[in-house]
Amino acid sequence: MTRLASLLKQRETGILVAFLLFLAVTTAINPRFLFSSDGWRDLLLTPSILVLLAVGQAMVIITRSVDLSVGSIVALTAYLTGRLFLDTGLPIAVVVVLAVLAGMVLGLINGALVAFAKVPALVITLGTLYAYRGIMLQWAGSDRINASDIPDAWLTFGTSSLLGIPLLAVVSLLVLAGVAWFMHNARAGRELYAIGSDPDAAVLYGLKVKSRVLLAFAASGALAGLAGVLYVSRYGTISSGVGMGVELEAVGAAVIGGVAIFGGSGTVLGAAIGAYLLTTINRGLPILGIEDFWQRAVVGLLIIAAIVLDKLLADRQHRKLLAERNQ
Amino acid sequence: MTGTDGPALVLRDVAKSFGSVVALRAATLAVDAGSIHALVGENGAGKSTLVKIISGLHRRDGGEFLLEGRSVDFRSTAESKAAGIAVIYQEPTLFPDLSVTENIFMGRQPTGRWGRIDRRAMNTEAHALFEQLGVQIDPDRPAEGLSIADQQIIEIAKAISLQARVLIMDEPTAALSGNEVERLMTVARTLRDSGCAVVFISHRFDEVFELCDTITVMRDGSYVSTDPVDQVDVDDVVRRLVGREVGDLYPKQPSEIGDVVLEVKGLTSLGLFSDVDLTVRSGEIVGLAGLVGAGRSEVAQAIFGVDSYNAGTVHVDGRPVPARNPVKAMEMGIALVPEDRRRHGLVLEEDISRNITSATRRSLSHGGLIWSALERRSARQWASRLEVKASALDTLGGTLSGGNQQKVVLAKWLSTEPRVLIIDEPTRGIDVGTKSEVHRLLSTLAQEGLGILMISSELPEVLGMADRVVVLSEGHVTAELGRDEATPEAVMHAATSSQREHA
Repeated sequence: MTRLASLLKQRETGILVAFLLFLAVTTAINPRFLFSSDGWRDLLLTPSILVLLAVGQAMVIITRSVDLSVGSIVALTAYLTGRLFLDTGLPIAVVVVLAVLAGMVLGLINGALVAFAKVPALVITLGTLYAYRGIMLQWAGSDRINASDIPDAWLTFGTSSLLGIPLLAVVSLLVLAGVAWFMHNARAGRELYAIGSDPDAAVLYGLKVKSRVLLAFAASGALAGLAGVLYVSRYGTISSGVGMGVELEAVGAAVIGGVAIFGGSGTVLGAAIGAYLLTTINRGLPILGIEDFWQRAVVGLLIIAAIVLDKLLADRQHRKLLAERNQ
Repeated sequence: MTGTDGPALVLRDVAKSFGSVVALRAATLAVDAGSIHALVGENGAGKSTLVKIISGLHRRDGGEFLLEGRSVDFRSTAESKAAGIAVIYQEPTLFPDLSVTENIFMGRQPTGRWGRIDRRAMNTEAHALFEQLGVQIDPDRPAEGLSIADQQIIEIAKAISLQARVLIMDEPTAALSGNEVERLMTVARTLRDSGCAVVFISHRFDEVFELCDTITVMRDGSYVSTDPVDQVDVDDVVRRLVGREVGDLYPKQPSEIGDVVLEVKGLTSLGLFSDVDLTVRSGEIVGLAGLVGAGRSEVAQAIFGVDSYNAGTVHVDGRPVPARNPVKAMEMGIALVPEDRRRHGLVLEEDISRNITSATRRSLSHGGLIWSALERRSARQWASRLEVKASALDTLGGTLSGGNQQKVVLAKWLSTEPRVLIIDEPTRGIDVGTKSEVHRLLSTLAQEGLGILMISSELPEVLGMADRVVVLSEGHVTAELGRDEATPEAVMHAATSSQREHA
């Protein structure tokens, strides 16, 4: 195994160890946190939607961009799903595909603005965060979609399990595996890393920078669309506040999972583990007796700690490489 | 690879302009396969523009461009790469986060089933490439932290695996040590023997004459000559390189030269410059000449205290100037007009009077507040002395012409009443008419007793303006020439002489 790969490995292993440690401590205080059917189910089910968003976010951050609009895309596609169930008799599979496609189109709009208008992604997606949410609010008006509007089969899907693993978790893990394979083994995946590592060099190499950036945003949008339609399956009701603030959780999960905010390094697997850690901490802190007020602060500290750790590791590696060279 | 008749790469009468600035008038270059061809010219002769046209970064405005007999017109670097052209830049651009192997194969990795990258095949080929080049680089390590020499080797490995037939090296040796240059030359010869057409751009004539078989000289964006190396010597080349009348373009008024105002002794900053001695007397203009990257600006920044240095002293009027303290340097009478005036010299969003007074705010403030009236009065005085042409003092800095911006920056520094003025590339980006105005101004300032250290890449400017010329090459002072001794040939010789020769 190469040194670089082993270093990256360390990073993901570190996050995994932190996750397991937290789980162990929380379970020691309250065994029901893990050893009950509800506890086990929640552990796997709750992070599922965030995992999808964190994976998409990681793809975008690796190219040295960021996608702040995913929360609004979740809201818009969740409402679209509800409307399709309510107003048309389309089969569930078609609705799912349509929601994913809708998310992809919204992602493509982000990507096109970033790739062609050359405005920083932070600004573009901050704009579309409000724009997409606005469209959803305008469209929904005072309507609210309830569980009774959703086909029972789809609601059942959200609560069913396969061999003790909730179906939603299965879906998100399959997506994770697919994207991880793509990022590691496909040329396009490696090019996303290259673009994030040095955009100017990517142009000199003759890489198709624009279409790759479009790809990353389209993927992030499509995964947010999938998250939207799964949200409907899990919760049944869709109000105006769906997915609010979840974009920052996705960024947080990616960063905690070792995706460098300046692009070029990190893995979607790390981002997914970050999502698990983040969600589980949110659920576990009350059990540890930490007041509500402090929970967000703890999450914030975690993100800062992750970034500081990244910086320290990068500096150490840089020094090590320079030292080797001077030998 | 050598099967074709005639040269592998031909450019004939290629022209290129950027707006009103003509970068290339009629550039011509013909390179044979299996040859190493030197391309030499002064800074600004158009070599880099020519390279960028060959590599597909720029498109030519006119002229012919033939690759192995076929006319080509590249719109992107990808197209030129696909046609078999590889360019090694002075500072290669690699992906620091990715492994050496990935850097070599990015965008064209060998793939297997389902488009899966075949990492094993990639590693095997990377090992084979490094073996062929006879270098020891771990293909699995990240590109981050590699020396520039190793980065160039990676670019060359990339070119070989692309089976490039034309390899262009744009000043590859500028940042290399002696051993690394040797290694690079060996690699270049290997490539030549395998049938590549190699273009080698360098300012170091010793390397050019050792390595190359043919030499093309460019000047002012035009072709001058092409000769086999054994039919010319360094003096011929230098003469063709400079070949320009200095004339009376820059009217330097004689001025009375007084006592030493600035004295620099043994100034050393590791890796940038070493043991630099300089003196500037009052009323004297000292030209600091040298090639880009020789360390001229770095010396200026160190004297002014923007950058630190490892050894040496700086004195103004006999008093020591502390290191790394620009505020103190300013108080002691040093002023620095930087090269990039838009970035370091001027606040583009502020008006003229604010810009002029920004170095003297302390003396203009009363009780911690700056009074606009005082500011205006001070600014008006300087603006009129330097004939800044603008409708009003509240014109924004960013909207002024290059020449007027330079005057505003000068006014700002002159208002600090310096003893010595360091000015870096005083007329870069300024049109011809205003240039002589800036020169007249510098001349007048010298007559008034100011000591001036002028850094310039334009030889005629240095020769026309300076009472004395100090030449830097690779961070060392290689010559100090009086006004009478300072011929273009002498300055170019000193600027291109390598320290390694003497060592």
